[in-house]
Amino acid sequence: MIRALSRVFVASLFGRRLASVLSLLAVTLGVALGLAVQIIHGAALDEFGRGMRLLAGEADLQVVGPRAGFDDRLYIALAQRPDVTEASPLLEVEARLPGREDRLRIYGVDLFRVARVLPLLMPVAEGGEGRLLALEPGRVFLSAAARETLGLAVGDRLVVQSGLREAELLVSGSVPGAAEGQALAVMDIAGAQQVFDRIGVLSRVDLRLASGITRDEARDRIGASLPPGVEVRLPEAGVAETSSLSQAYRVNLTMLAAIALLTGAFLVFSTQYLSVVRRSRELAFLRAMGMERHLVMRGLLLEGAALGLVGGLLGIALAHGLAALAFSLVGGDLGAGYFAHVAPSARFMPGASLVYLVLGVAAGTAGAWLPARHAASQQPAQGLRAGNDRELLAARPRWLATALCLVFALLACLPGPVGGIPVFGYVAVALVLAAAVLALPGVVGLLAVPLRLSSRVLARLALARVTAAPGQVVVAGAGVVASVALAVSMAIMVGSFRDSVDDWLAKVLPSDLYVRASSSVASGFLDEEAVARVAATQGVVGVVPVRYDSLRVGDSPLPVTLIARPTAGGDALPVVSRGAPPQGELPWVWITEAMADLHRLAVGDRVALPIAGRETRFIVAGVTRDYARQHGAVIVELEDYRRLSGDRLTNDLGVALAPGADVDAVAQRLREVLGERVVEISLPSQIRAISLEIFDRTFLVTYLMQAVAVLIGLFGISTTFAALATSRSKEFGMLRHLGLQRGDIGRLLALEGGVTAAVGVMIGILAGGAIALVLVEVINRQSFHWSMDLALPLGPILAFAATLVVLAAVAARLSGAQAMRGSAVAAVREDW
Amino acid sequence: MQLLFCLMLALVIALPAAADDRYPPVVPGKLLAFPQDTGAHPDYRTEWWYITGWLRDAEAAERGFQVTFFRVRTLLGEDNPSRFAPTQLIFAHAAVADPARGRLLHGERVARAVEPLAGAGEGQTRVWLDDWSLELDEAGHYRTQVSAEDFAFSLRFDPPAEPLLNGREGWSQKAPDPINASYYYSRPHLAVSGVLELGGASHEVTGHAWLDHEWSSEILPEGASGWDWIGVNLHDGGSLMAFQMRDRAHESMWNAGTLAEPGKAAQALAPDEVRFEPLRWWASPRSGIRFPVAWTVEAGGRRFEIEPLLEDQELDSRSSTGAIYWEGAIRLLEAGREVGQGYLEMTGYGERLRM
Repeated sequence: MIRALSRVFVASLFGRRLASVLSLLAVTLGVALGLAVQIIHGAALDEFGRGMRLLAGEADLQVVGPRAGFDDRLYIALAQRPDVTEASPLLEVEARLPGREDRLRIYGVDLFRVARVLPLLMPVAEGGEGRLLALEPGRVFLSAAARETLGLAVGDRLVVQSGLREAELLVSGSVPGAAEGQALAVMDIAGAQQVFDRIGVLSRVDLRLASGITRDEARDRIGASLPPGVEVRLPEAGVAETSSLSQAYRVNLTMLAAIALLTGAFLVFSTQYLSVVRRSRELAFLRAMGMERHLVMRGLLLEGAALGLVGGLLGIALAHGLAALAFSLVGGDLGAGYFAHVAPSARFMPGASLVYLVLGVAAGTAGAWLPARHAASQQPAQGLRAGNDRELLAARPRWLATALCLVFALLACLPGPVGGIPVFGYVAVALVLAAAVLALPGVVGLLAVPLRLSSRVLARLALARVTAAPGQVVVAGAGVVASVALAVSMAIMVGSFRDSVDDWLAKVLPSDLYVRASSSVASGFLDEEAVARVAATQGVVGVVPVRYDSLRVGDSPLPVTLIARPTAGGDALPVVSRGAPPQGELPWVWITEAMADLHRLAVGDRVALPIAGRETRFIVAGVTRDYARQHGAVIVELEDYRRLSGDRLTNDLGVALAPGADVDAVAQRLREVLGERVVEISLPSQIRAISLEIFDRTFLVTYLMQAVAVLIGLFGISTTFAALATSRSKEFGMLRHLGLQRGDIGRLLALEGGVTAAVGVMIGILAGGAIALVLVEVINRQSFHWSMDLALPLGPILAFAATLVVLAAVAARLSGAQAMRGSAVAAVREDW
Repeated sequence: MQLLFCLMLALVIALPAAADDRYPPVVPGKLLAFPQDTGAHPDYRTEWWYITGWLRDAEAAERGFQVTFFRVRTLLGEDNPSRFAPTQLIFAHAAVADPARGRLLHGERVARAVEPLAGAGEGQTRVWLDDWSLELDEAGHYRTQVSAEDFAFSLRFDPPAEPLLNGREGWSQKAPDPINASYYYSRPHLAVSGVLELGGASHEVTGHAWLDHEWSSEILPEGASGWDWIGVNLHDGGSLMAFQMRDRAHESMWNAGTLAEPGKAAQALAPDEVRFEPLRWWASPRSGIRFPVAWTVEAGGRRFEIEPLLEDQELDSRSSTGAIYWEGAIRLLEAGREVGQGYLEMTGYGERLRM
């Protein structure tokens, strides 16, 4: 049966190669994009998770604290607990490598303890020397990936930076247990504490529990004994931490792919509809020969499914290719910077591939559904008469449905996220898209007004055609609406985001120069003496020290960044909301929007922050904007922080120059004062340029997807017009008889195409604007917890719209070329 | 005499070159004082407390046991204020020889000395590593706690007499060159009582044991391939310690011992007063190594024979330290009659230890 249906129906796909190929391409692209995002992210996350799991080893629980670490006496206490059989201390250092851009993660371990809890971090001496070589200070053991990246071999010296000091370590062996692609180093914990000035400090303790003790009960009991800011967690929690961080980004990309697939479905719909109309006589004949109605229906659905299947298979292949390409070009995080230290490779993902194959088939089948129903419901007698495309071309305005969709979209913007994902936001986007497509037929009439004003024959003809057959516009324009809406919304959202980031950078980078020993997580820092030397440099009139740490606040699994800096009562911060200056004894804290959302804090609330192992109560003085730290940050006055922690080190130092001082000369003097290899001196403009470059790289994928979506929309217009032009050949013949030139017919088609596209583009822009609002106010806010100022890149959007209309006109004109080739006489005769 | 771990340490750790002057030399003439000298001597390079003995449970089943704590000064990180500075390492090793099982059970631990998790205290014996420990309490009893994977024991040892100094007043020469020497005393005839947990069953045990305490900076002679050592409690209340150091040709390069007989002063045995002669060889079915598990030993003019409690007391620690050796409970016979029980240690019979 299937085979018979295939012969009759699916074979017809070969009869209209261009349309089939384009539909196929659309499905392929949709599947490929969606699956590629999944593969890339999945592989990166897998790799990252594998790394994390390896680094968790056989530990039952992990005790972790702020980035600055915690007192190593805590390890002693933990190791002595009766419910703990083995405790392995760990000091993790992001070592800055002087004179190099990259950093190296170094784990300080106790060889004897790590062997029983985390054997994969065991250093292995090479060159015939004993394994306890690892106890010697100044020895370092590199994983294969680290050796490769750094270009070092056993016996070479690795120079690391601590503060502004350089220290030499001797590469003495390897870390065979490290996962492939994981660049890390291991050294003795005592040596690491000494080299990196972290005496008395640990960053993690891995625990193995005594037999018969469950992890949950031990976690509760141990958790209760820990000082503020230090928590005990399951080793898997580290993986979840990163996964949740990048989840919003991943979901966003997947949604974009879904919209690409939806556009593909529209395209299948267009081509199938037209094909059904053109084959109405053939189908009627089949019915008349006794073929059951449901068989016709099934056959036509099979056509769509076949397109979806082939498109899906091609898409799966393409997706893996794209993923491999992306890994080699931008890395596993698509340039977004979520997975440092990970070099994943593309792998075949059977589960996700199957899901996307099913989605592809579903898109094809869904696209074929309406046309199939239409064909199956036709009376054979009527269908046998020629030229019956009235039903196709009629389309009633559906204002009520449009309005309902919009109302529901508005309502969907109200609820909060579900499990951190703005599900209802995406529903709102889908509803806006549906409303836009439903509005198409109604808007056609409205939009035709300019044509009505024209007295030219062609304009009148085009108007007559477009208004009399709004269905044509719907079929041709649905894809355009969807893709334009997508592109415009992304353009507005990304534009607003970029502008806001730019403003924010200007606000947070007020100094003339910035001095840093390393990024905030790495091992470089400036001590007070170095800061004093900077302040005393000729041409410098003031310095603004900034210190970073990460805290574990409340029950949240995500660490919060602590920024200690002079705040000038908030005037030095990008504040978005503040109340009256709080009264009372409590020190002030400024929180970022993400912090406010994630920890449910508002201006005037009191919050306890674990600083240097003690809870200190602060009062929230205001909310500030922050695009850099998705999991939240708190900003405290530097003096308060120093008083509470006793920590007087500086990560970033803003430098104010004397009026008229030469920036380059001062920068050069500072390099001489501090040491060229151990500090980075940047101008705010450089930092801004780098930040925006990272921003653009992050959104590179979304730009690509937009382009693809628009391309698919254009295909839609092209295929529709190609098909319609063929079926209208007798109409064209008639017009030729009435005196129109061949070129006139072409212009007529171009005009129709242009008008169709104009309607689609206009609705698309409106829908895009609405979707952009949803993206900015709902989806971004809920996914990333940051607000932005809406900016309308009006010029580019209009230029884009005009280009699309022209391209559509050209596409329509070219598509009709074949129909105009024959002689007018033959064209008129053909059907009768 | 427990040279094995020193040798293993020499293998696994690049200890500073011989005769590093940061280690105090071991010279004759130093007076050992007790209980002060039962504690640790952290300046010296290596030190161990080594207890071997025979246990008898309520069913009169006899088993051998051994527990050793080692301390090593590495000279590493001595300028490092970190609490993890690996200046001193603690190793612990324990084994039980159960004839019913036919072979040894053993367990080992290693850690850097970090107060209060692992360390060796000065002034009075107290050496510990997590939940393993050996200490001398105020009442003069030694107590040890050991819990390995397959067994655990908690034992008390009561010394009947003052420490027995080996060699020249506690200065024990190990090789023709007097630089290879240690400070060395033994405590024979310790009365044992306590609990042995084995195979899920808990046994009340009593017995007798032998303690060696030895510290040194330079003990292994050049060119040594291994050694044989015995420490035996004689049934008449006396005791015998004897060892031979073998060279690469498996010939004896230095012999010594201490023979204590009731009613007489303990007698330090000179190299020509001790002789070891293999009597019977046993081949290990696992490693293929042949060990002389039965010996004839001549010491101080007496002639003894050694018979093992069980032949298979081979210790295979290739996975951790790379050494295979034999260390087990033995009976001492004189004229065919059992005159004592103790321990025999034999090393260097397999492939030459990697140096």
